[in-house]
Amino acid sequence: MTYFPEGDEYQRLLARKKTKGHFAKFGLLTLLILAVLALASLLYTIVSDSFGLVAVVNEKEPSQIVADLGYDPARVSLDSLDKADLVTALEGAISNNVGRRLERDRRFFDDRLVFETQATWDEICASSGAPTGCTASPRGHDDVLLLVEERVVQPDIIAAEGLLPSIFDRRGFEEKVRTAFATNPERFGDYTVDQVRFEWRAWLNMRFLTTPPNSKPELAGIRTAILGSAWLVVITVAFAVPVGVGAAIYLEEFARKNRINDFIQTNINNLAGVPSIIYGMLGLAVFVRLLEPLTSGSLFGTGVDSGRTVLSAGLTLGLLTLPVVIITSQEAIRAVPNSLRQAGMSLGATRWQTVRSQVLPVALPGILTGTILAIARAIGETAPLILVGAASFITLDPSGPFSKFTALPIQIFQWTALPQFEFKNLAAAASLALLVMLLALNSVAVILRNRYSRRFP
Amino acid sequence: MTLQSQRTDQPMRDQLRGRRRPLERAVIGFLFTAAAISIAITIGILWELGSESLLFFQDEAVSLWDFLTTTVWQPQAGSFGIWPLILGTLLITVIALIVAIPIGLASAIYLSEYAGARVRGIVKPLLEILVGIPTVVFGFFAVTFMTPLLRSIFGVSVVNFFNVLSAGIVVGFLIVPLISSLSEDAMAAVPSSLRQAAYALGASRFEVATRVVVPAALSGIAAGIVIAMSRAIGETMVVTLAAGAAPRNFHLGTDPLFGHILDPFDSAQTMTGYIAITASGDLSYNTIDYNSIFAIGLTLFFMTLGLNSLSRRIVKRFRQEYE
Repeated sequence: MTYFPEGDEYQRLLARKKTKGHFAKFGLLTLLILAVLALASLLYTIVSDSFGLVAVVNEKEPSQIVADLGYDPARVSLDSLDKADLVTALEGAISNNVGRRLERDRRFFDDRLVFETQATWDEICASSGAPTGCTASPRGHDDVLLLVEERVVQPDIIAAEGLLPSIFDRRGFEEKVRTAFATNPERFGDYTVDQVRFEWRAWLNMRFLTTPPNSKPELAGIRTAILGSAWLVVITVAFAVPVGVGAAIYLEEFARKNRINDFIQTNINNLAGVPSIIYGMLGLAVFVRLLEPLTSGSLFGTGVDSGRTVLSAGLTLGLLTLPVVIITSQEAIRAVPNSLRQAGMSLGATRWQTVRSQVLPVALPGILTGTILAIARAIGETAPLILVGAASFITLDPSGPFSKFTALPIQIFQWTALPQFEFKNLAAAASLALLVMLLALNSVAVILRNRYSRRFP
Repeated sequence: MTLQSQRTDQPMRDQLRGRRRPLERAVIGFLFTAAAISIAITIGILWELGSESLLFFQDEAVSLWDFLTTTVWQPQAGSFGIWPLILGTLLITVIALIVAIPIGLASAIYLSEYAGARVRGIVKPLLEILVGIPTVVFGFFAVTFMTPLLRSIFGVSVVNFFNVLSAGIVVGFLIVPLISSLSEDAMAAVPSSLRQAAYALGASRFEVATRVVVPAALSGIAAGIVIAMSRAIGETMVVTLAAGAAPRNFHLGTDPLFGHILDPFDSAQTMTGYIAITASGDLSYNTIDYNSIFAIGLTLFFMTLGLNSLSRRIVKRFRQEYE
């Protein structure tokens, strides 16, 4: 028998049901907020370690440099010196070898040489591999000033603070550093507490983006990593997009429903779920080892001595992103209404002609979106690159498909794994750069989708 | 001209048959090749994992039986028992699921059954951002945020710098969007007539969600969780950075279960972590270390393949079709 409560009992049960509902809603909302908080704390960690206060000790104080040049440090500051004086300061502090290298990159003066002799200079400029210094315009004042700061002043960061504590508790940070000096002076070697200067530092800055890695964290940058990632993207796209879109067209437009084609489809779905590190092992066995003559470039008489090149890595990422490209392209092609195909064929076009001139143009925005997502995946992927042997310390720009390389995620991985605190800041700054790139890519994908996608009734 | 005459008219028939188009044939041939490359990839994966594993098991220091049954992984000492690495992987996967299932499911239920258009419009893109963040950045987050947080909560002496808890929680964050978006898709597919019927009977929002929508979408939700589990097992960067590089060797029976074997505060190496760490050193070919990563890769491949097929089977088997 069914029981229907009435009167007071009905009210009581209803109230209980409502309370239960409220609690449930509150619980669900809490968990949802937890998810958002996780994202927020991730972003905060990265931003916080990319900007903040640092405690710096100079190897040589700027005032000392000014005094050495014969000026009064009380009245003249380092940046007000003219270029000739700065070059003199540089000349006194760096070895001749380093100076020659700097001069070959870009000379200091139009009319005279500082580190090279005129005879050698003429000789190297006449040779086939003439360095950039022979043709480039001479360094300006700011450039030389930067060199002096880097090579003579040599700031050494001994402590760094996160963003929020830097803003709200600057004194706390200063106190912490002073206490560290008082309790544990041998940690800081020859430095004394009076030498310490506190200043703001953006770890992610132009210099960071445009200089190669360096064992000194103050001077390290991600130039080669960005270029390596760019090469990877180019090779990945060159492989995965033609093959992926081709496969999608075949499966959607030409494949009859039979065992083989079913098998191909299932297989693609399975490949999309294979962990990326397995692709790395495939790349190691096939591209790095088996096809070494091809991927190292020795078949073409150039390149390096092993198959651990940007070409191997790019092809590996190409295999990895292939299922993504196929599946998104298939979805885009499937979304094209059948009436378009029928119209094309009824006018006497062959199947391929219909695909080429009716289906593909309509599916293009979807395919492009898929391509961009694949690029985003390729930029962020790390594990396969470790397997195919991305090196962590590459100071030369990658010059072609057969060069050794490093990539942005590899650089982040290596820096995160190092114990010194400065490298954490570098890893954060590189992560931030990576995230900004990915965000830009995703925005392009969204814009493309909104702008070019046509809707059919 | 009637239809009848067309059929007998020989020149007309040839004309309708159309030209031969060799270029078009070539294009279609290329398209088929492109599709077939995916099969070549699978064969490539199986062949290289298989052949290198074979070399591994042919080595006299290794036996397949010991590989599958012993619980010490110590390549330097010649012990190759895979269980410590599987243990590390499973510990992290379980912690990740404990974190991700409640958060992911609650987000899905809230977004699908409670939230208005405005909240959805804000929260859904946020979760999508989470999908796009590279795993190495999550690894950085685990080392610089989660581990110090756990150490300040539980004590520096209790929590090792490398520990499975931190890695597991962060892998959990990584798979939350997977669970929430797949579950939400499944819930969205539940026809609204079912909800309306339940409301008409006087059910509250919470009752509709938990007793009507979730059961109806259960196959999709379960499939999503299995996919997320496979993803957690294959995840590499977070565990390599945060969980440490020492396999958690153990002896069943003698080692305490919670003090050592399942201890979340201590380090453990996973299968993917071992592969990454071994490969990132200067690895020379045809050594036992080199071959061992392929044997582990093969194990990993079959584990994830099994889970992925399981999830597809769940969807196929328990899918409820509504008119």
